[in-house]
Amino acid sequence: MLIRARDVEKRYGRAWALRAVSFEVDEGGCLLVTGPNGSGKTTLLRLVCGLAAPTGGVLEVGVDRAGLGFVGHEPLVYRDLTALENLELYGRLYRVPERRERTGMLLERFGLWDARNQRVSGYSRGMTQRLALCRALLHDPQLVVLDEPYTALDDEGAGVLDRELEMLAEERTLVVSTHDAGRIDALADTRLALA
Amino acid sequence: MSVAKSLPARAFGAVGLMAAAMVMVFFVAPEDADQGISQKIFYFHVPIALTAYACFGTGAWKALRLLWTREERYDLESYTAVHQGTIFGALTLITGSIWAKASWGIWWTWSSNQLVLFLVLFLFYCAYFMLRFSLEPGPRRARLSAVYAVFGVALIPVSFLAIRLANDFIHPTVFTRHGAQMTHTMFAAFCVSWAALLALAHVMYRIELLGKRIDANLRDLREALTAA
Amino acid sequence: MSTYAADVAALARKDLRLELRARDTLPAMLLFVLATLVVFHFALPAGTGHEPAYGLLWVALVFTALLGLGRAWVPERENAALDGLVLAPCDRSAIWLGKALATLTFLVAAEVVALPAFALFFAPLRGTALAGVALADIGICTVGSLVSAMAASSRTRELILPLLFLPLAIPLIVGGVGSSVSPHGGKYLLFLALYDGVFSILSWASFEYVVTE
Repeated sequence: MLIRARDVEKRYGRAWALRAVSFEVDEGGCLLVTGPNGSGKTTLLRLVCGLAAPTGGVLEVGVDRAGLGFVGHEPLVYRDLTALENLELYGRLYRVPERRERTGMLLERFGLWDARNQRVSGYSRGMTQRLALCRALLHDPQLVVLDEPYTALDDEGAGVLDRELEMLAEERTLVVSTHDAGRIDALADTRLALA
Repeated sequence: MSVAKSLPARAFGAVGLMAAAMVMVFFVAPEDADQGISQKIFYFHVPIALTAYACFGTGAWKALRLLWTREERYDLESYTAVHQGTIFGALTLITGSIWAKASWGIWWTWSSNQLVLFLVLFLFYCAYFMLRFSLEPGPRRARLSAVYAVFGVALIPVSFLAIRLANDFIHPTVFTRHGAQMTHTMFAAFCVSWAALLALAHVMYRIELLGKRIDANLRDLREALTAA
Repeated sequence: MSTYAADVAALARKDLRLELRARDTLPAMLLFVLATLVVFHFALPAGTGHEPAYGLLWVALVFTALLGLGRAWVPERENAALDGLVLAPCDRSAIWLGKALATLTFLVAAEVVALPAFALFFAPLRGTALAGVALADIGICTVGSLVSAMAASSRTRELILPLLFLPLAIPLIVGGVGSSVSPHGGKYLLFLALYDGVFSILSWASFEYVVTE
């Protein structure tokens, strides 16, 4: 079991973001988290990544930071750097072996190779989101956590992401949140609906 | 809740000690030849300052415990200790000012190293509260407050050294504080006063902590009731 | 150990690169320190020797540093890049050290202009004074980067940074002014080194707690 959550709660001051959330994800599984805006999907995913700590309950995640890839609402990249420079930095911090080759391969796969020397500030939202995905997958993580990854993607980007997710679902453990369950529903083996 | 039970006893103890201190300071200890009755404030000013240090030290210790164990209760304890320390720090500045007026006729002097140190610390710990009030309650606020509290305690000796060094080029004139050595009775009065103030600080700390805990419990209960 | 150094270098390089492209912080710091020095000329009454000027130099340096420190974590706040760095398997203190080194570079760059300007407008600076500037810069950037990260979490970040930083900067000002004017300048340099040692270690150890929950 890669992730185990039992009665996880998160409160910020007086406001409750999550209450009594329990689920289990096996290695190689795919968890789909659904719910309306404000139901705590983002909070839950941040807890799984370790960016926040639960205020109650138990949450065990069986990977360390090197085995975790995260795409949040924000792209987590530097706007004034180029795609290549961003991935170079993260490649170093994650100690990615054969950094250059992997960077090139991912940029090509996500259709960003031609724009690789352009600053991210000049990218469209869709391109930035695709770069965020490159960043998250650069170090070949065991656990991939995606918070509403389809936002801002155009049809082409969505198509690329569909293919990526299919591949990832086979080899890696996924946690994906979305309010449009349709696309990922087929891949998911565990579902969690937040109110 | 054993703390709450012993609290009245401790409060009475503190009041008793304060009364004893007052008696010793005003009736038993001899009057100072030069400064007269105004010298008596020394029996409060210095112990208040020492108590403030003790409170800041406690605050930093609780802060370290919080960072080490992540237990939430240390946040409240650290905050309360720092709060007490700031109150006693403000009292140090006030009693120091009164003493300066009584001794040298001016309300403030830069030549008392301890007074200047407390001014710097007062600024520092006021910033502590501003930091706390500008953050949402939660683990982040607890951690940042804890780190800042630890920095405060490191600042105390470093600042003191700085202030002593600064005297070389800022104010060459130095006022001497005690002409003669302390006699035995003076020392006894000093110690009783210090014990009394420490007891007072401890009781105030416990009362404030208890109050804050009750507040928090009440809030939790209210939420549980409205949620259910 | 070498991966730690490599991480720090990569992070510092990133900050230098960002500033080279955006070019907003360093020019502002340069202009600010020069403008402040001119203001000080008008603020000093006629007949004051040049001793007070040394004190004012340090005020100028600390407030110029504050300007830079206020901007230090802005690239990380945009796009939540700090989350990205915190998620990486590198030591969190490397994030702090990289930032401190970059900030130090900007501060020194501003001083390369400010110190000769000061010598021109007011009074010459002797060797111990320059050593004092160098040592104080280290203290300013190490403590300042940590405190700036703390302020960045708060609602009132621009307001609270000076409040948090200035009490901690007072010993640095004492050390700096002492190294500039006192006949026993070496004593003050030692004190600055002590400050740097104590607070650098404290900052290095506590940064982890400032950026994680």
